[in-house]
Amino acid sequence: MSGVRQFLALLARNRLALAGLVVMGIVVALAVLTPVLPLADPDVTNTSNRFVPPFSEGALLGTDHLGRDLLSRLMWGTRLSLAVGFAAALVAATLGAAIGIIAGYYGGRTDNVIMRGVDMLMAFPYILLALAIVAALGPGLINALIAVAAVNIPFFARNIRGITVGLAQKEFVDAARLSGMSDARIILTEILPNVVPVIVIAMSTTIGWMILETAGLSFLGLGSQPPQADLGSMLGEARSALITNPHTSVVPGMMILVIVMAINLLGDGVRDALDPRLKSGALNRPLPATLVAQDRTPVPAHADGILTLTDLQTQFHVKDRIYRAVGGVSLNVRPGEALGIIGESGSGKSVTALSVMGLVASPPGIVTGGSVHYRDQDLIGAPYDALRRLRGAEVAYIFQDPQATLHPLYRVGDQLIEAISAHRHISRAEGRAKALDLLEAVRIPNAAARINDYPHEMSGGMRQRVGIAMALANDPEVIIADEPTTALDVTVQAQILSLLDDLRRDRGLAIIFITHDFGVVGQLCDRVAVMYGGRIVEEGPTRAILDSPMHPYTERLMACVPELGGGRRRLEAIPGLPPAVNDLPPGCAFADRCDRVQAACRQGAIPLDRKGDRAVRCLFPVTEPQEAAQ
Amino acid sequence: MTPALRLENLSKTFPLGRTLFGPERPGVRAVHPVTLEVARGETLGIVGESGCGKSTLARMLVGLLAPTTGSIEIEGAALDTADPAAFGKRIQYVFQDPISSLNPRKTIRQIMEAPLKLLHGMDRAQRAARIAEIFDLVSLRHEFLDRYPHEFSGGQAQRIGIARALAAEARILILDEPVSALDVSVQAQVLNLLADLKAELDLTYLFISHDLAVVEAVSDRIAVLYFGSVVELGRAEDIFRAPRHPYTKLLADSAPVVGRALTPPEAKETELPDPLDPPKGCAFQARCPRATAQCGQETPTLAELADGHAAACFHPIAPPDGPAG
Repeated sequence: MSGVRQFLALLARNRLALAGLVVMGIVVALAVLTPVLPLADPDVTNTSNRFVPPFSEGALLGTDHLGRDLLSRLMWGTRLSLAVGFAAALVAATLGAAIGIIAGYYGGRTDNVIMRGVDMLMAFPYILLALAIVAALGPGLINALIAVAAVNIPFFARNIRGITVGLAQKEFVDAARLSGMSDARIILTEILPNVVPVIVIAMSTTIGWMILETAGLSFLGLGSQPPQADLGSMLGEARSALITNPHTSVVPGMMILVIVMAINLLGDGVRDALDPRLKSGALNRPLPATLVAQDRTPVPAHADGILTLTDLQTQFHVKDRIYRAVGGVSLNVRPGEALGIIGESGSGKSVTALSVMGLVASPPGIVTGGSVHYRDQDLIGAPYDALRRLRGAEVAYIFQDPQATLHPLYRVGDQLIEAISAHRHISRAEGRAKALDLLEAVRIPNAAARINDYPHEMSGGMRQRVGIAMALANDPEVIIADEPTTALDVTVQAQILSLLDDLRRDRGLAIIFITHDFGVVGQLCDRVAVMYGGRIVEEGPTRAILDSPMHPYTERLMACVPELGGGRRRLEAIPGLPPAVNDLPPGCAFADRCDRVQAACRQGAIPLDRKGDRAVRCLFPVTEPQEAAQ
Repeated sequence: MTPALRLENLSKTFPLGRTLFGPERPGVRAVHPVTLEVARGETLGIVGESGCGKSTLARMLVGLLAPTTGSIEIEGAALDTADPAAFGKRIQYVFQDPISSLNPRKTIRQIMEAPLKLLHGMDRAQRAARIAEIFDLVSLRHEFLDRYPHEFSGGQAQRIGIARALAAEARILILDEPVSALDVSVQAQVLNLLADLKAELDLTYLFISHDLAVVEAVSDRIAVLYFGSVVELGRAEDIFRAPRHPYTKLLADSAPVVGRALTPPEAKETELPDPLDPPKGCAFQARCPRATAQCGQETPTLAELADGHAAACFHPIAPPDGPAG
């Protein structure tokens, strides 16, 4: 039920769609009520009363060339046109969807035969096809309905087939098959419920068109037969009196305009409200930089490293909920240093990284507090132009999925040149030479040939090398790598990691490396920060933390990751789930899952206790800070 | 004792279709003939990198894909029917992506009831009792039954996926990367649950993963797949500690291990061979530091080198604690 309410709320947000809904509601209500309204008989002729103008006594909209009451004919005609239009849409949707589902589900030869048939149907101009069908079947309203439905079947069939092909490869269809379901049952209970929204969307955007087509056939005298009124035949009959008595044409013409406009506005609204891509906010284009709260108090610059985060807070405001994704993170990284940020999904590690350069999507993201200093400049709240000059040139990113970060339609070399020319003027030949250097720097074999490759022609490991080359394009000082090897195979991961390690040693790059893998952190990073529930719970030199973790979460997280060479064993699982960042407990976020928890842990905020080069946010750490520091 | 699962020369070639006028083109060989046995109660791990054919193999085993050659035997009886319902009662599948393996428009109860109704013909009361029993086994709360899949976290959804596989009462489960979509702290919960279920219900597992450490932690034996072929098969405690095939060694050396220096593992090339134009001889020769002329001419077959340890290699690596087999 909440789904229906949500749908109506989304629909109502679109003013035009709401107007369309109201107008359509009135029209449909009037059409339904027509038989009980006190109207004159629409088919009784009275030739002595021809062409009575509108607003006359006894005939509100006047009369037509046979003296019939136009208001009454309009109402009955609208009723008939709507009924035929809806029926045609329903028939076209049902048959088209059935054809599309069968073609898409079975695929192969079935698909080929069906869809080529549909293509042939589409090869004829629709009005010619409709005329041919009516000519073959003979004029009449039902035949016009059949013609309009038949003409629109291909549209539905093609649409639904596309969706079904995607659904048929989903794992839940395989699972249903393994549950013993037959093909027919899978189509009815697994595929169909997932296709219905698409059918509704397609119907809502075509129904106006079908009403128009039916009216067109009636206008030509192929639809409703005299004396029966529908909007098209009314127009057709009024044609001869268009100049002398325009009201006879204007009345049905206006009604067609109103109906089709209202249905199309409503249809667009329905589509927007039902389409999952639009629902997830694809229509709200994010701002070029993350919003910064007005009441943020900037922190003065202090020279801890080349990039210094101080008490950074980033939130997502979604309706009335506030997600505290980053709840006060302080970090710094020095040139040539690799800092690891480790955490599970929802720990805030990626949002922390994206906040640095204002890349968190706004809305709904907003930086509510703290500062990020690159050298002496506060990046939070910096003007967009300044931020843009720094992005890529001073602080560059490497993302998890190189397939998604590279443009599929441009050669990798051109994308590299573009990355360079975004920051400085460079000739094409110079750019190409530089791009070649970069590809060689990331050890792409045979770089001179691969520079002309499209991203899809490369393997995942090669694409990620291009991603790293792009990050290096403008000789940045800091690289932020967000799970750059998670999507890669182990053999490729090892090569990418050693490449990053060489780069920071050779070029003095500062690297912030975000991951969930202790093995990776242990090999690459000098220092590591462990995040949980949007905060850093432990920070310090990698070796020290791996040897003697102080926070219970760090200790337990390390214990539940198997390490190669340990043989067959039972893992130490952490019970429960990480906390939701829109509902964090007042005290320690890990309290509910911790076996060392005491009442004091739930009392209030726990500070990050720093001793020497290690820091821990815990009242009862596993190892006491003093002994660890020694 | 009859093995729980036996595959003989199972292979899969995907046809490329024919050119418009020319002859039929040769297909892409995703899985080269594989012969394997899994004993009852055993966990056989299958590792390999993307594109090595591990998912194709798994889908053939549960009947979602028809093999090109070879046969599957479950507990001594051949499975030659193409009817997934017949497979369903004997062998089940747990999917990698727990959320997308649940129909978003069905309640958990509807999802759980399908195998009970269709495979076992249970009536409503029997189904309710059985679902309650299974949910207790996998420690899921009964009120979850009336919710929809999107309301669950990955770990919970994977428990539901396991519960559905158990409902079919198959004694063999194919676990296709069952924890790779989960957070590490939840990963361990699911792996431990699988271990408990196996002991309690006397199940046999085929555990497929790209994560060497996870496979090593859960398996009795491990088969390493490369380019559609099993290149090494051995006990879990031996195979990465003392690999015999150079590819297994490359995998083991690549796995990030705390404290190991970061040097790129020895390999001449990183690219997999082109499946449309497979190399002659050993598929690994282009990347192999031990390759000789022989490797470019003949294809090595899986041969037993020591007790229970087999590799498909002409020049296997000598074990550290004994003479080369």
